[in-house]
Amino acid sequence: MNHLRARAFLLPLAAAACLAAATLAHAADRVKVGFVSTLSGPSSALGVDIRDGFMLAVRLNGGKLGGLPAEVLITDDQFNPDVGRQAFERYVKRDKVDVMTGVVFSNIMLAALPEAVDNNVVYISPNAAPSSIAGKDCNPMFFAASWPNDAYHEAAGAFATQRGLKNAYLIAPNYQAGKDSLAGFKRTFKGQVVGETYTKLGQLDYAAELAEIRAAKPQTLYIFLPGGMGINFIKQFIGSGLSKDTMLLLPGFSADQDVISAVGPAMAGLFNTAHWSPDLDNPANRKFVAEFQKAYNRLPTLYASQGYDTALLIDAAVRDAKGKVEDRQAFRNALRAAKFESVRGPFKFNKNQYPIQNYYVRSIGNDGKGGLVNKSFNEPILRDHGDAYVQQCQMK
Amino acid sequence: MTGTFLLEQALNGLQYGLMLFLLAAGLTIVFGVMDMINLAHGSLYMAGAFLAAWLAPLLGSFWLALGGAVVLTAAGAMVLERTLLRSLYRRDHLSQVLATFALILILNDAVRMVFGNDRPLSAPAGLDGPVALPFGLHYPAWRLVIIGVGLALAAALYVLVQKTRVGAWVRAGASDRDMSTAMGVNVPSLFTAVFGLGAALCAVAGALLAPLLAVQVGMGENILIPAFVVVVIGGIGSIRGALVGALLVGVVDTLGRTLLQQVLREGLPPQWASAAGPALASVAVYVLMAAVLVWRPQGLLPVRGR
Repeated sequence: MNHLRARAFLLPLAAAACLAAATLAHAADRVKVGFVSTLSGPSSALGVDIRDGFMLAVRLNGGKLGGLPAEVLITDDQFNPDVGRQAFERYVKRDKVDVMTGVVFSNIMLAALPEAVDNNVVYISPNAAPSSIAGKDCNPMFFAASWPNDAYHEAAGAFATQRGLKNAYLIAPNYQAGKDSLAGFKRTFKGQVVGETYTKLGQLDYAAELAEIRAAKPQTLYIFLPGGMGINFIKQFIGSGLSKDTMLLLPGFSADQDVISAVGPAMAGLFNTAHWSPDLDNPANRKFVAEFQKAYNRLPTLYASQGYDTALLIDAAVRDAKGKVEDRQAFRNALRAAKFESVRGPFKFNKNQYPIQNYYVRSIGNDGKGGLVNKSFNEPILRDHGDAYVQQCQMK
Repeated sequence: MTGTFLLEQALNGLQYGLMLFLLAAGLTIVFGVMDMINLAHGSLYMAGAFLAAWLAPLLGSFWLALGGAVVLTAAGAMVLERTLLRSLYRRDHLSQVLATFALILILNDAVRMVFGNDRPLSAPAGLDGPVALPFGLHYPAWRLVIIGVGLALAAALYVLVQKTRVGAWVRAGASDRDMSTAMGVNVPSLFTAVFGLGAALCAVAGALLAPLLAVQVGMGENILIPAFVVVVIGGIGSIRGALVGALLVGVVDTLGRTLLQQVLREGLPPQWASAAGPALASVAVYVLMAAVLVWRPQGLLPVRGR
């Protein structure tokens, strides 16, 4: 009798417990991240590094972001804006992700971004940070966890000025980002610009341009030639013997670990500017560089550090929003506060949700094991540096 | 503008043109003899570069690696011709374009799986710096080596095609395939040999350019369009045409990129010059092609009998 009564009591209890568990499973007990990046084709190295950095952070965190189990959905945009846009649409509308990230290239990001931000989903850029979204087109749902497009070039111009270099010759591909980058250099360079050449995008052979530079005899040569263009240019510059009279100055991504391995020992001694370096001395970075090498058996690049930081930023924001990711305002406020230990050291968001951070001059030197690695000067060349477009942003 | 500047640009144009010739020569024979559009021609160039970069540290010598890359690329290409491309000869050009485009994608991923995304390859020690030439010009030694090898191969090809029996078969095949078959040329073997030769030339170009450019997956796609332009300018199937076309494209491309911008800067406001100069420079080669085609629709030196 007693036994039966006990069972009669237990049944509804058990049912209630089951129901409660079921409803919990549908509430915010996990974070869904949509990650779209270029993971195949000739331009995939950057996207692969961002993904590897991001997933390393999630793994070191026990598969969680902000204490909630993380579900990271990954798609390859195939270096195609249409494919990227469709992947965004699928993740936002069908899979109902909480946050989007991952894209390497600005043309793909600009095509896909509206699918996220117009549908009330935050996009955190691990790389592309064009000046348009920093300025008048700034968007409350867009965060740049990397560096504003002009920043490396402003840092390079500041370094050339600090070194007392009198004149400079500039090269970039003939498209908007190329012109923007040289404008960034000229903003901080006090010397004279003796020549400015715009080349075809994707050009492989720079013999003709090098002949022009030889004729112009500049003290400094600054290039904005992303990806394989930079690798080819640096190789040909070194082979031409121009390095005896002209100092080649590079933006950080043209002197990153992948470029060093492609060009080889000839890169020793070249200067470049970046917001991060593998030897930056802070606990977060020491852990990142060691764990990345352990996990992937190679040195991390800038892009890997940006992917890693993006995951740390989401982790902190989910935690600070107390797991209420579906409350977009709370999540966004937590992101804006950005209370995380960035591998680049001090980091905070500007009014336009672009970073305010330090930029360093790095020089390529021996790692003591027969390889080459970037070593940063301890003093940042630009400290707590924002961007030139924030005044045009009307966001509160 | 000084004499040394012009001399340097002339050498640059010659060097670029000779490399284009090595690529276009194989392309134009395959196109001329087999009537086959091979978009994957650039992939053979990539394969040659990757094989050289892989072999160089193993063999300890750039030149041995170059030889090995040439042999392996030619052998691989001949296997490819026997197994796959052979079935495409009788298909229309659209099927050939689709199939060989698919081949580009497959080969890119295959190379990435085997060798990775990129691989370093340096010029042999002593040839990686500049050398002093007359008129006070310092010119990269490696580009001079490329010019030398390119000229030697152009001469060797001329002898092969104009003076030997195999060359006569190739010329006959390019002029009239059916008639040469009827006259007893062993067409299947000839096709395989021609394809292997084209691949060997690609591998030489890939390995020679690797220390200047970068050994990267996808490197073959960029070079393919200029190579096709050369074939069209020179006349389909014509080796001499390929040489003339390649040198023309090399010089126009090199001068277009510098002189055009300088001339525009003299006469136009700077913001116009910096906008129009690069744009015109990138189309200069295509303007050349259009002009040649208007003047001679068959190309500059078409094969006889078409």
